[in-house]
Amino acid sequence: MTAAVKVKGAQRTGVDWFLLFMRITLISFIGIGLVAFVAQQIDPTNPWATFWHGEEGASTLDWPQFQGLVVTGLSQGAMYGLIALGYSMVYGVLGFINFAHGEVFMIAAFTGFIMSTKFDEAGWWEGGVFIPAMILTIIVATIVSTFVAVIMERVAYRPLRGSPRLIPLITSIGVSFFLQNAVILLFGPGAKGYATFPDWLDKDRVNIWQIGTSDTGIPEYLFSIENKKLMVIVVAAISMAALWYFVERTKTGKAMRAVAEDKEIASLMGIDVDRTIVTTFAVGGAMAGIAGILWGILFKSVIATTGFLPGIKAFTAAVVGGVGNLGGAMAGGVSLGGAEALAPLMVLDPWGITGPSQLRDAVVFTLLILVLLIKPTGLFGERLSSEDRA
Amino acid sequence: MSTEMTTMNAAEELLGEAPSGLNLDKAVRYGGLLALSMIFVSLVGMVVGLDSRQILYWINPDVYVNHPGGVGISLGDIALFMWPLLLGAAVGNEVVLEGMVGRKRGVGDLLNGFVVGAVGGLGVAFMTMLMGWDREVDPDNGVADYGLRDPLVNWNEELYILLTFNRGWAFALWAWPLVGGVLAAVGASLRLMPDGIRKAAVAAVVAIVSVSIFQFLVDDLFEGVGETIADPGRLSNFFNDDPGAGRERVDSVFDGLIEFIYAQRGGLRLQGVILVGVAAAGLSLVGSYVTRGRVTKARKDYFDTPLPERTKSTAALMVLVSLALLILPFFTGKIVNELLANVGIFLLLALGLNIVVGLAGILDLGYVAFFAVGGYTTAILTSAGRGDAWPDWIPLFVNDGEPVLGGWLVALVIVMILAALTGLLIGAPVIRMRGDYLAIVTLGFGEIIRLLFLSDWLSGYFGGAQGITNIEGADFGPLGTVTGVNPRSVFYLVIVFSAIAIYISWRLEHSRLGRAWMAIREDESVAEAMGINTVNMKLMAFVVGAVLASFSGAIFSAKVGSIFPTSFLILVSIIILVVVIVGGMGNIMGVIVGSLVLIGVLGGPKQPGLLQEFSEYKLLIYGALLIWMMLKRPEGLVPNVRRSRELHQDEFLQDAWLKGEVDTDDEDGEVATEVAPA
Repeated sequence: MTAAVKVKGAQRTGVDWFLLFMRITLISFIGIGLVAFVAQQIDPTNPWATFWHGEEGASTLDWPQFQGLVVTGLSQGAMYGLIALGYSMVYGVLGFINFAHGEVFMIAAFTGFIMSTKFDEAGWWEGGVFIPAMILTIIVATIVSTFVAVIMERVAYRPLRGSPRLIPLITSIGVSFFLQNAVILLFGPGAKGYATFPDWLDKDRVNIWQIGTSDTGIPEYLFSIENKKLMVIVVAAISMAALWYFVERTKTGKAMRAVAEDKEIASLMGIDVDRTIVTTFAVGGAMAGIAGILWGILFKSVIATTGFLPGIKAFTAAVVGGVGNLGGAMAGGVSLGGAEALAPLMVLDPWGITGPSQLRDAVVFTLLILVLLIKPTGLFGERLSSEDRA
Repeated sequence: MSTEMTTMNAAEELLGEAPSGLNLDKAVRYGGLLALSMIFVSLVGMVVGLDSRQILYWINPDVYVNHPGGVGISLGDIALFMWPLLLGAAVGNEVVLEGMVGRKRGVGDLLNGFVVGAVGGLGVAFMTMLMGWDREVDPDNGVADYGLRDPLVNWNEELYILLTFNRGWAFALWAWPLVGGVLAAVGASLRLMPDGIRKAAVAAVVAIVSVSIFQFLVDDLFEGVGETIADPGRLSNFFNDDPGAGRERVDSVFDGLIEFIYAQRGGLRLQGVILVGVAAAGLSLVGSYVTRGRVTKARKDYFDTPLPERTKSTAALMVLVSLALLILPFFTGKIVNELLANVGIFLLLALGLNIVVGLAGILDLGYVAFFAVGGYTTAILTSAGRGDAWPDWIPLFVNDGEPVLGGWLVALVIVMILAALTGLLIGAPVIRMRGDYLAIVTLGFGEIIRLLFLSDWLSGYFGGAQGITNIEGADFGPLGTVTGVNPRSVFYLVIVFSAIAIYISWRLEHSRLGRAWMAIREDESVAEAMGINTVNMKLMAFVVGAVLASFSGAIFSAKVGSIFPTSFLILVSIIILVVVIVGGMGNIMGVIVGSLVLIGVLGGPKQPGLLQEFSEYKLLIYGALLIWMMLKRPEGLVPNVRRSRELHQDEFLQDAWLKGEVDTDDEDGEVATEVAPA
């Protein structure tokens, strides 16, 4: 990036001053918001809060609410992280953003929906057979998404290898658009509800340490998490660990890293580059497949446009963590999920913004801009070959 | 090794490859592709959904009452049966290298085609067999139901009847491979025909299908021209086109012709098919005989003339085209004018994006943001229904529910300034990012702006999801008021702005700034090393693009009269991108062709096109087109010479090498071809 190679003492242009101004504005906006949030937690009618929220002051956030937001953010973030892995790996190896990766995720969620309704019709979506049915659903969805990702690479991206870097990006926008609309036409435009999950997964919670009871008599806990969110976090962590092992400890993983580093030299070393790239897409697709089912468990419904926003958020997560860096992608996902859940109430609300949760997606995009303005290589540093870093 | 030797060797290899032309392996592969295409088209519902639109009749329902539906070919049939024809023709496609003679075609090619079609047909037959097994007829009411109907909405009885020719799947099982094979063989036979005949056949088919598809346009145009000839007086009240009055039907000379070729319920009658087909084929044959390549030569001469010297002919061409455009709305009805107005609005957007993407090579996916800024600013300045939160000093060009004379133009100046500022604001942070990050971040900006317009927080200003309504049109005094109820006026307004935009893009392209943009597009680091201030130049591209988009937004809000955040989805950005890419990045003519073909025929994100039946499928087609163009023809339908040279550098080098323009195949060769004329 040109900005990184700044000569010491070089003259700052108008654009530099403007960017500096933007950085300072954004950071102080967030900083003041956070301080004001703390202040309004302590005293809801402090002058700042009454200025923005009127005489009755700001609303406060109690511990169970806060903890609930954190858990929601973590579970969604873990899902974003899983999707982000696909972006990150493909970017690391091929140096372009696979815009259609979000669609792979959506197709997996759709597969999950179809499986769940069919299992439900057969009566396998409850009781003792639920767990094998669920595992089967995850396996089938993963296979489908892997398949879609591999086909995508074969049909749309392989012929474009070596063309200017915007060309595959535009193609992937086309693929994304095509898949999304194909799903709308094949399965209808409405939202598709999953079959009802058993209560132990969907409704029950793990509670730790009762700290009191609310006004309506519901017990409050220091730490409380719904089983489904816990499951999402656990499954994401296991998949991440498996992927880490695959990339860092196996021979194929080593080949992937070598191809990411330098395709030409890798092929000189006897690595089949084409096959390694297919593997990369397949592994990314499999991760997106697992994420798709996790989406189904969390939100219980899927629509053809499901893939779009989570896809972009996951890409943001990959950038936040540093593109090409697998651990970074997961950390980026979790921090992005947390920011998305917490920032509306902790930053926007103290500024007197009404309906802050409507701006959740805007928070994510702002975060992306902020990270790219301040640390374009991401929080944990990117791992790209030298030609892609240009 | 000398160049001549290589040429000979390669030619021998090519000839020795498959003398009979039968290539079973390839044919089966294409057959599989054919099967997938046909099954996909069926399952997305195109075959059934488009079946209601008749293209031509063998048996006309208007004449023979005992065939109530008529018998003929519908758009759905074309959506299904064009695949064997296309792939049958495609399987014979071979790359013939520069300076070599292609292989002689024979019966093997026909066989090839037949195999493609048969394999494809077998695929469809297999699907109908599955449908047959899945089909359960309720014995009480005879209604058929399908188990797979639940996820697949188009897995239904209508599709089953269509695919089995209403004779059950056992019939389809042997009929489909046969039908597919014959059709694909017909497609393949195109390559066996002499050039003239082939051109005539293709011309006839294209003419029949397009005359039928554009029936509405043809009808409208002929009616308008005919009526004007019969009653020239109707042109006098042209500027005050009163939408309420409508056009009175006047008998004209063309009525008989229209009735002769078209059936009442749409589609060509048999005599129409014959007339149009014979006319087109005849024109093609006679035309090629009369001109004997003179047209091709003229075109080649035109494009070979260096740019500065061809301004005269370009200007003449421009004047002709603009005259044609100016008089066109005299003769067309309201719906066609509405369509032209929509095309114009998107043309303006596409011209702006063409500067950003086509010239400067910046992939801006949040381009819709500038469109939104233009639309909303105009709305705020010219609508009494704007939010209450605006302070009084913000001007409002509305007086007692009437637009203020020239108010829209003043608003336009403010729109321009605001759009330029937005361009700077969005451009500055992204300008130094790498191309693909830039795409995502601009997409993010586009979404942020839409979410802000949508939010409750700013609903006092922008009306949230309710948007801003009651936007007054643009009042131009004696020339009339431009509003959506009078699409002709919108069309003229949009034409004026498009002309300005075309002039700006054209002048910019050949200016210092334009050359700087193209240098940046080709290689940013090199451009910087050549002393180009890349940051400022890219910012300029953003600003110019933003201003053009905001013009479009201003016209859009005057036309529609109300504005909502849903008009500014990312979808709009992507559709404009498709228009620019399909037309030809960096080429003004290409952008014009792209918007006419895509927006005019298929329709915009919300605006219907000429093919209203396609509205359900147009987004799918847009996606497929984008992929196809990127894979097969990244330079677009009307390519920009320089851009296509950038995209096909390898092939250009190879051609030059084969022609012997380059002596060696080492690095020096690149330098030599850069100098050689394209």
